[in-house]
Amino acid sequence: MTWYAIDTWIVVVGALAATASALLGNFLVLRKMSMMGDAISHAVLPGLAIAFLVTEARASLTMFIGAAIVGVLTAVFTQWISRFGKVDEGASMGIVFTSLFALGLLLIVQAADHVDLDPGCVLYGAIELTPLDVVWRPKLFGFDLEVPRAALVLGGVTLLNLTFIIGFFKELRITSFDAELATTMGIHSNWMHYLLMTLVAVTSVAAFEAVGSIIVIAMLIVPAATAHLLTDRLWVMLLLSAVFAVASALLGHLSALVVPSWFGFADTSTSGMMAVAAGLLFLLTMLGAPRYGVLAKYFRKAESVGV
Amino acid sequence: MPDFADIWYVLFLRDYNTRLVVICTILLGCACGLMGGFLLLRKRSLMGDMLSHATLPGVGLAFMLAVSLGGNGKSLPILLMGAAFSGVLGCWAVLCIRNHTRIKDDAAMGIVLSVFFGAGVAVLGLIQTMPEGSAAGLESFIYGKTASMVASDFQILVIVTISVLICSLLLFKEFRLLCFDEAFAAALGWPVKFLDLLLLALVTAVTVAGLQAVGLILIIAFLITPAAAARFWTNQLDRMLLLSALIGGASGWLGASLSAFFPRLPAGALIVLVAAVCFVISMLIGTERGVLVRYLHQVQLKGRIGRQHLLRALYEILEGGRSQGELALRPVPFRQIRGRRTWSDAHLRDYIRRAYNEGLVEAPTKDDSIQLTVAGLAEAAHLTRNHRLWELYLIEYADVATSRVDRDADMVEHVLGEKMVAQLESKLQTYRSAGSLVPESPHPIIPGD
Repeated sequence: MTWYAIDTWIVVVGALAATASALLGNFLVLRKMSMMGDAISHAVLPGLAIAFLVTEARASLTMFIGAAIVGVLTAVFTQWISRFGKVDEGASMGIVFTSLFALGLLLIVQAADHVDLDPGCVLYGAIELTPLDVVWRPKLFGFDLEVPRAALVLGGVTLLNLTFIIGFFKELRITSFDAELATTMGIHSNWMHYLLMTLVAVTSVAAFEAVGSIIVIAMLIVPAATAHLLTDRLWVMLLLSAVFAVASALLGHLSALVVPSWFGFADTSTSGMMAVAAGLLFLLTMLGAPRYGVLAKYFRKAESVGV
Repeated sequence: MPDFADIWYVLFLRDYNTRLVVICTILLGCACGLMGGFLLLRKRSLMGDMLSHATLPGVGLAFMLAVSLGGNGKSLPILLMGAAFSGVLGCWAVLCIRNHTRIKDDAAMGIVLSVFFGAGVAVLGLIQTMPEGSAAGLESFIYGKTASMVASDFQILVIVTISVLICSLLLFKEFRLLCFDEAFAAALGWPVKFLDLLLLALVTAVTVAGLQAVGLILIIAFLITPAAAARFWTNQLDRMLLLSALIGGASGWLGASLSAFFPRLPAGALIVLVAAVCFVISMLIGTERGVLVRYLHQVQLKGRIGRQHLLRALYEILEGGRSQGELALRPVPFRQIRGRRTWSDAHLRDYIRRAYNEGLVEAPTKDDSIQLTVAGLAEAAHLTRNHRLWELYLIEYADVATSRVDRDADMVEHVLGEKMVAQLESKLQTYRSAGSLVPESPHPIIPGD
């Protein structure tokens, strides 16, 4: 295996996408809305189609805006259906994103007969290609850096999410654990919900465009769930989830380069392996976590039976 | 535009070209609607979403295995076996995570979905580099095409849906208890974990059979939308499942027939949208939990409570703190009623108008005051007595208060029994006014003025 500067950038971009998603993911896991990332990844299709119909061009920015708006709408419709219809949140999410996706398909077929427009080639980027799109070449400590666009975008999104979480930490904590208490304390838990969902939509769409959907879907859930097994304190959970996110990005890229060679293959998809690496970290934590782990529980049980 | 005869021709399966597709989607809609009902009650509606993504590594590995053994990697039964295997593995993983850790269902499904799908993407990445065969077609395996179903798809679908139907009918009692009270089922000694896995295995079978026939998004929608729509119409499981299967089948029928008239539109998308329309209609006008019905209930309740408050306020004003003798009917100014309750003028006038229509009060006079009729006084006395007995009951025996009582609607005797009422009344005996059935309020009444 040889490691190039490109590999470093792939890991950096992957780690930024993972951290941005994982930070918000903590609140999704606590609010039992983990599937939001997956829902948004399907639901943005009509946004892309409408953006295309309006501008008649596959411009990146309008597509991004269209997708982000539909992403937010997904969250809003989900909330409406589950509140006014008293439907389970998972079910209302499923109804909303399948309907939006179907609508998007119809729009595309109607409008873009001769144009190849599907989310696979318009919105969903590939992490392996990100280092090629260099937009900034600063000189730092004697190194010539070639910063790719994705790193800047995702760095910005990560900062935005971090600022949001630090700025609204108290509100987010109370609304996530006890929405009714939050309301009695004068916190508008609905607004917090929509703000959070807007950020989830923006982060997802930005990351889909840069690195593909699977990293986002995985990183919104897995690192946060892993961290949830290790601690009861929210800020520790946030910190741990970021650590797991970065570790999954690094391990994922390494294993994408190394593991296939064991079976006689060259290499494989980095984004897929990042999700797998996150899954492995979760599995290890699930088994070995000191308090909530399976082994710890097993031994505690054995001990109490022995006594 | 197709004319009526054409529509008739397609809707009633006379057209050979569309017959197969329409029957397939109807069958699949029924089976998915049925399984979706169980999933909805288990709060696992997104299981179909999880499953359809989790099949990818199985498909890839089955392809690799078949190719390395010298077989045909694209043979449908082999790919389906692979898909079913990794689907069941995914279900098992979800149940493991849920049963052995503090992670909830939704996150467990999300973890398995993303990790399995990631593994699938990685496996497809490997297949791309294989010299023996390209992965082309494998990705589109999960996006199937409804309109191009062939007879072999039909056979698989029929076998799977019928066996799923039979299984879930045979195990109806077990699944019902699993949905409503898992802990109780476990206490009865039923193999809850096995039943849970079996239920999910049936869902997997439907998902895998349908996936390559009609595509990922339609399967996900079929497993969620009909069940959620049926839930608005009934509270009974058997009716809900039946209705859900019907809605699933009907959306498959209508959607697939529609796509016969508009060949450019993808059938899967049309079916999803037909099901979504069914859902929205059910959500609005569903007779059991629909938005409209619940809104009407709320309005009715508000009116009833307002009427009671008005009559009781009038009674207590007439009573004026005295506890002796018959009450004399006299006009009460609105101002005094408003002093007792925080009602807006419009609300108060609305309640008075209703009471007037029922003949409980006389027509309001010009100087804005109101007088009870004889019937109104009797009703007001009755309500006040009931209210005070309930109040006393809650003060004295609140620890044994029955929780499912509508304390405004139910007469105290109907719920508590004669003995308890007699006991309550004797408690109030010292305060009891001669000749009046209405006991004095256990708390001081602030005279409104």
